[in-house]
Amino acid sequence: MSVSTKILEEVVIKFAGDSGDGMQLTGSQFTNNTALIGNDLSTFPDFPAEIRAPQGTVPGVSGYQLHFSSKRIFTPGDNCDVLVAMNAAALKVNLKSLKQGGIIIANIEGFDSKNLRLANYPEGVNPLEDGSLNGYELYKVDVTKMTREALKEIQMGVKEKDRAKNMFVLGFVYWLYNRDLNSTIAFLNDKFGKKKDILDSNLKALQAGYNYGDTVEAFTARYIVEKAKLPAGSYRSITGNVACTYGLIAAAQKSGLPLFLGSYPITPASDILHELARYKNFGIRTFQAEDEIAAITSAIGASYGGSLGVTTTSGPGMALKAEAMGLAVMLEIPLIIINIQRGGPSTGLPTKTEQSDLLQAYYGRNGECPMPIISASMPSDCFDAVYEAARISVQHMTPVIFLSDGYIANGAEPWRYPQEADLAPIEVSFQAARAETDPKFMPYKRDEKLARPWAIPGTAGLEHRIGGLEKEDITGNISYEAENHEHMVKTRQAKVDMIANYIPLQTLDSGPDSGDILVLGWGSTYGAIKSAVLDLQAQGKSVAHAHLRYLRPFPRNLGEMLAKYKKVLIPEINNGQLVKIIRDQFMIDAIPYNKIKGVPITRTELVNVISELL
Amino acid sequence: MSDVATLEPNQAAPALTAKDFVTDQEVRWCPGCGDYSILKQVQTILPQTGIPRENIVIISGIGCSSRFPYYMNTFGMHSIHGRATAVASGLKASRPDLSVWVVTGDGDGLSIGGNHTIHLLRRNFDINILLFNNQIYGLTKGQYSPTSEEHKITKSTPMGSIDHPFNPMALAMGADATFLARSMDRDPKHLQAMLLRSNAHKGASFLEIYQNCNIFNDGAFEIYTEKSSKPEEVIFLEHGLPLIFGTNKDKGIKLDGYKPEIVNLADGHSASDLWIHDEKDFFKAQILSRMFDNPAIAGHFPRPFGVFYETERSTYEDQMKMQIDEALAKKGKGDLNALLQGKETWVIE
Repeated sequence: MSVSTKILEEVVIKFAGDSGDGMQLTGSQFTNNTALIGNDLSTFPDFPAEIRAPQGTVPGVSGYQLHFSSKRIFTPGDNCDVLVAMNAAALKVNLKSLKQGGIIIANIEGFDSKNLRLANYPEGVNPLEDGSLNGYELYKVDVTKMTREALKEIQMGVKEKDRAKNMFVLGFVYWLYNRDLNSTIAFLNDKFGKKKDILDSNLKALQAGYNYGDTVEAFTARYIVEKAKLPAGSYRSITGNVACTYGLIAAAQKSGLPLFLGSYPITPASDILHELARYKNFGIRTFQAEDEIAAITSAIGASYGGSLGVTTTSGPGMALKAEAMGLAVMLEIPLIIINIQRGGPSTGLPTKTEQSDLLQAYYGRNGECPMPIISASMPSDCFDAVYEAARISVQHMTPVIFLSDGYIANGAEPWRYPQEADLAPIEVSFQAARAETDPKFMPYKRDEKLARPWAIPGTAGLEHRIGGLEKEDITGNISYEAENHEHMVKTRQAKVDMIANYIPLQTLDSGPDSGDILVLGWGSTYGAIKSAVLDLQAQGKSVAHAHLRYLRPFPRNLGEMLAKYKKVLIPEINNGQLVKIIRDQFMIDAIPYNKIKGVPITRTELVNVISELL
Repeated sequence: MSDVATLEPNQAAPALTAKDFVTDQEVRWCPGCGDYSILKQVQTILPQTGIPRENIVIISGIGCSSRFPYYMNTFGMHSIHGRATAVASGLKASRPDLSVWVVTGDGDGLSIGGNHTIHLLRRNFDINILLFNNQIYGLTKGQYSPTSEEHKITKSTPMGSIDHPFNPMALAMGADATFLARSMDRDPKHLQAMLLRSNAHKGASFLEIYQNCNIFNDGAFEIYTEKSSKPEEVIFLEHGLPLIFGTNKDKGIKLDGYKPEIVNLADGHSASDLWIHDEKDFFKAQILSRMFDNPAIAGHFPRPFGVFYETERSTYEDQMKMQIDEALAKKGKGDLNALLQGKETWVIE
């Protein structure tokens, strides 16, 4: 039987298995390889909160979805073309998202009676054998047996050998999509170079999987997805959290400020701490604090001393930091608070995505306590958005909240990375030393942006006291005076509002500048909204898309823009938050579309929602 | 990236005096409060340290004691309840050149901020913690604190407190503090000496200061501060000297194994039989920290004042700096372009 090679425009593949099966690694390796051949891509890792949930069960399933294409894509895909199922539970969880006629690659051993029972299949039912998968292209592969066979000459226990199963699968999928193995071979050498047995077993399993595709005659076709026509330039693959890390480092470099991160580990934000901790040669100080409160207050201490102070967290940690954010607002010093949102309330859904902390970011503090809020829309956009958050923070002397979420934090895409020289400089200066004969230093005297001076300890003549008590205007002394308090509340608000004069006007992502519907989004819904709106525009529908990076203050022209459409639809992965703020500020009857299932909104469902409104 | 610019002490500048550390703000503690004395002693000793005023930062939390920075003409931050130690940690980590002081109280430092206090101590930041212990909540008008004695009647404990109090010295000892000392508001000379010792110590210094709240807990430490009872109730620790106390200097502490006992020098015991204080002795410091008897109980030990323990351990900020230096030596100065590019790239024409 000859094997033909077919060219496809796009593929959505999902690697799914038990959380101990190494599916995240397999997925990310395939992603790197895909990026290197120049496909456009978007990924969606989806894993349980437990490190090792009960083996073989439905809650223990870990998945990694990858969408790759020779054209531009913006989402990890609504449905899969290919499902790799390492066990029965993985099939059970993911079959509903597999397209009719799609390919299933099933690991036979994962469908033994024990695994079938753990996945809650009825006694005696095996989906691989009962014909229930007849509508799909099913390949049953004895991954475990063949992996053990390939590693028979290596002296290690069966349990250790079985850990290389994922490399067998990866090797096979590389064969299926006509790839070479070099990127993964290099990765394995890098990772296991010093542990020869583990390195050998992984390399051998990878090669065995590839060879299996070549020798077994079950597969009639291999596939090629050609290079995507992305804008010219140099690319790399990047996840949101890594992009966020780089954005912070770049902002520190371009502002000349030392970077200090105070952080307490929390899913899905910890990767930023891990990543920043690696770059001490950039002068970065990372401090794993004893709790969320110490994380933010240590960053406040560092900012006060003249560092670019940053704290990273997720929803529950934001709740704990609220009082300290108020202090930073009162002190009027720079601080970046990064919230990688996850499902809430309380501990909620730690590994699932949600956009449900917007109202918390807006209002979740005591007193009148306004802070700018910036959000990122795609993994690579985390770089630009956090860079902008840093610029606003140091130039306007204010804490800034940066909102990302689990979906874009862990998701990957190609990134046309910038050169240092391309990045806008971040100008910042400290208050200069004062001689005895100079006028008295006034710590709350403001510039044209209403920003006060950044007067750091160690500067002669600037000795002054600040704190959480209300300040007297200009002098910064404690003041309980009625008129002064009202003036200061209004001034702090005006300072944040005035940032609107220093950010770009809102632009449309696509569509007519007036018409039937404007779909207004923020954050990680970008890809789904963009794809859905482009589909409808191709059908001749009067639909436009605007996506907000600046959530507080809004761009100056937003109200004007919203007024030009008959309807404004706001899709969010929450119970309706931006929609409340938009209604409040612009008095328009914006329409919410909400999904609160811990997963992104899909293109298909948005196309349906928008169509119903047309 | 450069570290934040710091100024070298100006050697030519005239020597500072206590007055140079006074601010134009009206001091608003209650008349008669023990805080006045502590403020005065701090203002008195700072010129002796030779640290330029602009390099001194005093960070406080919330409570009566935490108003302290407003009255000190240095850099200062009156932060939020319990968090002064954490703010100070971030400042010191990023600015090791500064002289950082934390002013806190028994509520701020041991209750709402207890967590940060113990973590600062174990990390050993070179920060001086001044814990004003008045065994009461003053600013909130008289509730019991984590150092209040059992059965204390306060506004929130009309039938008496059922909380067992903290022993601050034992707590700090348990957190592996590298410098522990106790002093009192009403003994200016001793307090000045202890403040200077705290400042001289490289590493986290924990100085507990017994401070009288004359409004809500007046006389809490009277037995240790009044001339009539002080000689019998207080034992001043001095390195290398025997533990002797008493109006006639006729009593001492002797160690029977690990058990301290009070002996009368008139009964044939000589000074050479006594416990000789050794600030470097970790185990004896534990025993000292446990000499914490209720003075109402007959046969109780006198309360030790002075330096309980001092040891050397690398500070957090020095180790942090060493790791940065090591990374720089190994990898060279960070190259942003190389970072952004990463290892695996491709080009679209």
